Amino acid sequence: MNIELLTLAEVENISGSEGNFKVTVRQKPRIIDMEKCIACNLCAEKCPKKVPDEYNEGLVPRKSAYIKYGQTVPLKYAIEKETCIFFVKGGNKGQKGKGKCRACEKYCPAEAIDLDQDFQDEVKDINVGSIILTPGFKSFDPSSFDTYQYSNFKDVVTGLEYERLLSSNGPCMGHLVRPSDGKEPKKIAWLQCVGSRNINKCDNGYCSSVCCMYAIKQAIVTAEHTTGDVEQTIFYMDIRTHGKDFDNYFGLAKALGIKFVNTRVHSTTPGPNGGVEVEYFNEETGQRVVEEFDMLVLSTGLEVSKSVQELAGKLNIKLDKYKFAESSSFSPSATNVPGIFASGCFQAPKDIPQSVTDASAAAASASIALSTQRGTLAKERTFPPEKDVTGEEPRVGVFVCSCGINIAGTIDVKALSEYAQSLPNVVFVDNNLFSCSQDTQVMIKEKIAEHNMNRVVVAACTPRTHEPLFRETMKDAGLNEYLFEMANIRNQNSWVHSKEPEKAFEKAKDQLRMAVVKASMLSPLEHLSVNVNQSALVVGGGVSGMIAALGLADQGYETILLEKTDRLGGNAWSLATTWRGEEIKPFLEDLISKVENNPNIKLYKNARLKTSKGAVGDFVSEVEIEGEKRAIKYGIAVICTGGQELKPNEYLYGEDERVFTHFEFDKELLEHKPALEKAKGAVFIQCVGSREPDRPYCSRVCCTHTMHSALELKKTNPQMPVYVLYRDVRTYGAREDLYREAREKGVIFIRYRWKSKPTVVKDGEDLVVTVKDHVLNRDLEIRTSYLVLASAILPADNKDLVDLYKCGLNNDGFLQEAHAKLRPVDLSVDGMFLAGLCHYPKPIDEAIAQAQAAVSRATTILSKAVMPLDSIKSYVTDNCDGCAICVDTCPYGAISLTGYELDGVEHKKIDTNNALCKGCGICEATCPKHGVYVHGFTNEQLKAQIYAALENV
Amino acid sequence: MSQEKVGAVMVVGGGIAGIQSALDLADAGYYVYLVEKTAGIGGVMSQLDKTFPTNDCSM
Repeated sequence: MNIELLTLAEVENISGSEGNFKVTVRQKPRIIDMEKCIACNLCAEKCPKKVPDEYNEGLVPRKSAYIKYGQTVPLKYAIEKETCIFFVKGGNKGQKGKGKCRACEKYCPAEAIDLDQDFQDEVKDINVGSIILTPGFKSFDPSSFDTYQYSNFKDVVTGLEYERLLSSNGPCMGHLVRPSDGKEPKKIAWLQCVGSRNINKCDNGYCSSVCCMYAIKQAIVTAEHTTGDVEQTIFYMDIRTHGKDFDNYFGLAKALGIKFVNTRVHSTTPGPNGGVEVEYFNEETGQRVVEEFDMLVLSTGLEVSKSVQELAGKLNIKLDKYKFAESSSFSPSATNVPGIFASGCFQAPKDIPQSVTDASAAAASASIALSTQRGTLAKERTFPPEKDVTGEEPRVGVFVCSCGINIAGTIDVKALSEYAQSLPNVVFVDNNLFSCSQDTQVMIKEKIAEHNMNRVVVAACTPRTHEPLFRETMKDAGLNEYLFEMANIRNQNSWVHSKEPEKAFEKAKDQLRMAVVKASMLSPLEHLSVNVNQSALVVGGGVSGMIAALGLADQGYETILLEKTDRLGGNAWSLATTWRGEEIKPFLEDLISKVENNPNIKLYKNARLKTSKGAVGDFVSEVEIEGEKRAIKYGIAVICTGGQELKPNEYLYGEDERVFTHFEFDKELLEHKPALEKAKGAVFIQCVGSREPDRPYCSRVCCTHTMHSALELKKTNPQMPVYVLYRDVRTYGAREDLYREAREKGVIFIRYRWKSKPTVVKDGEDLVVTVKDHVLNRDLEIRTSYLVLASAILPADNKDLVDLYKCGLNNDGFLQEAHAKLRPVDLSVDGMFLAGLCHYPKPIDEAIAQAQAAVSRATTILSKAVMPLDSIKSYVTDNCDGCAICVDTCPYGAISLTGYELDGVEHKKIDTNNALCKGCGICEATCPKHGVYVHGFTNEQLKAQIYAALENV
Repeated sequence: MSQEKVGAVMVVGGGIAGIQSALDLADAGYYVYLVEKTAGIGGVMSQLDKTFPTNDCSM
């Protein structure tokens, strides 16, 4: 309710400055009245005007009256003035009721369309303190590449088009067929790097970062969308699966038989069998190959659209050479204009987890800048006082939804409503076209009062999406929100039994009877909340930890920062510059000084966390600081325990002083430059300890680090031979420029395979590296002065933390976030967040963004003195005898065993923690004695439902 | 700065990034204007079939 959604709107102009901007927004008319629209689809069905559907990438048409997709927010139709027949033909020409078409107006059952109004753009000035720009990207248009024949062949599609073809709400309803003839493709190829890593046919020199993963995903899910065998081939330059668990996915694809061919396709022509023929050079066999595929998918890259570039122009936002918003490694969400922040693909091509993380980081930046004004404009919804219904006989109101034709098309809703009338305790029944529409909520509220209802049942769709709405209506009507029950007669009935309407009707009766019985037994639940201790704990004093602590402290929250060593800064001390070339040391020194001098930060060095109790809002821990124990209290925690560089045990590391890791070589570059100038040469070996069976992940930063060091060497001595022995070069985003520059400066790249790793031996005084050259297919011997090993990044040992907080690790030992995409900085334990290398290897700019994101997520809790909790929680009954079976089965650690004394005898029973409990019910199912129940799902309530279900059996 | 700061934020673009920024800020006590060019939010992510690693739909 504190988000005002302005759709069909664009920013026109901006004035003012940081903290106080005036933004002029132009909003196009939706034509359809949002208050009245019930999203029944009749306007779109009756609209005669077909236009290309942007949501489906133009593969199929939509109508001028439309919604983007079935789940769109707001779920309200719109009429496109530019294409609508009524408006194109000049509207009503000042005569009410006149003008062409008006089909939508005529058929709209909700009277949401009145074409006689004067529809004009609305221009408004909006006053805000900060602005966040997330205008996104556009998929590269490959029409200009004649090589790929995108414009000429229907069966050559872009990655996004293919995504729509796969989708169950796309043009083929999830059953993949090729566009030209509607036949199921049996052989599909993906062509990587179309519109990326290319300065020949386009100006996109950068890597789009996401296409390798999306091609692999599409290849894997293709099998699910087709019948029988399919053959998938991915033509690539380097496979860039540098994200968390990405390499496992790549491995899975190979195991599933998806072919990966390392080449760039030379040309495409029509095939003899109606497909598309591609010609390429097979590097392994040295042969020219011509192969026909049923479909080609161009893995098109990401770029900034012209309209977004114009927006940037209006706001004076500086763009980089690739037209992305310029940003710095140390304040990744800032733009050149103070108070305006950027995130998402407007900054650089990035995947969903990175976009979500950066979006939270931008929110943190905006929040820190405006923290004195927090709560001044946000509104809080108020409800009438709750009516006490204790002791009242149940009076149930039943609302049966038609859901347009979704339910009514299969189930006789009128008859179902009549049946509902016959059920015990039911005092009122109504049938609604859409029970979820705004006007129905008003009506439900009126009927509750009129019939003095104290329980409500809605027979409609899934509580997952709609229960919150109806619960609000209950509160609005002055009833406890938990006196409500839903029967899902759509997803679990009409949708799946549409061919058997009679049986569906019988099932709907069962569902309704169960819901009414349960509703009659519901009792009001207490509103739960926790008092939030508005202070924070940050574990780890590296860059991530310091950024997190500062972000929280700068908003006024007291923050405890624990560092296990005697020095802040962590790995950053071993790094010279970022990939953009910014010097790290001055930044680090400044950051440390800010942390040490911030009055809201309590810094404990040589400190270790020993115990942890409590839950979100109210944690208590014991920490040991230089041998002394101390109790601390905090509402949230951010874990930034970092990682470390692997010390290799191969390639003569530790046996010959000319063999370095990256950290060591950075130091060498700083301290012994003169020796380097005279060196005979340098060799870099990539993936040392990464992407191997024991450590299958990619360490993400090493390719870029190598480019940087190799370029430094070439700068010191342009004649020096520099070799990079690699498996896939993973210089994602604009880091690709470094790779290109390295090649231009003469760095030689030789690809090796994991199964034939390079070898290193000492030949007299010489250090000799031998590698099989992939082009010549024979061994190459390189004598070198320096050997730099791009060794893996390991996570810190987090076992103790995992034991203390019951958070999880992934198979590689990194902390596991709550959801890879949608909650990338939250841990699975509420109130706990993570940032930096403990999550996954990453460069400093990404670690900073992640730490800021953790600040934003933590602020959503810390900004409230009291945090409301859901009331569906477990509770102990008198039957509990303390057998403790449930203590072990609870997955959230919410149940503990306590002792009490009765008549001088010691007894045991369990205690449940409301902040930790998620109401999953495992305890109730486990307990043999009815000793623990979950509110709203007690054994008696569930039993009654079962008896009701089996009534007629 | 002469003018007083305003406790509201404008987010321009209603894709997954804009939605996340808006939600975080609204939950942290700010009033948020989410400006979206098309008729509904969701951006490109809503066009995707399934997403790594869970292969769940991206709705």
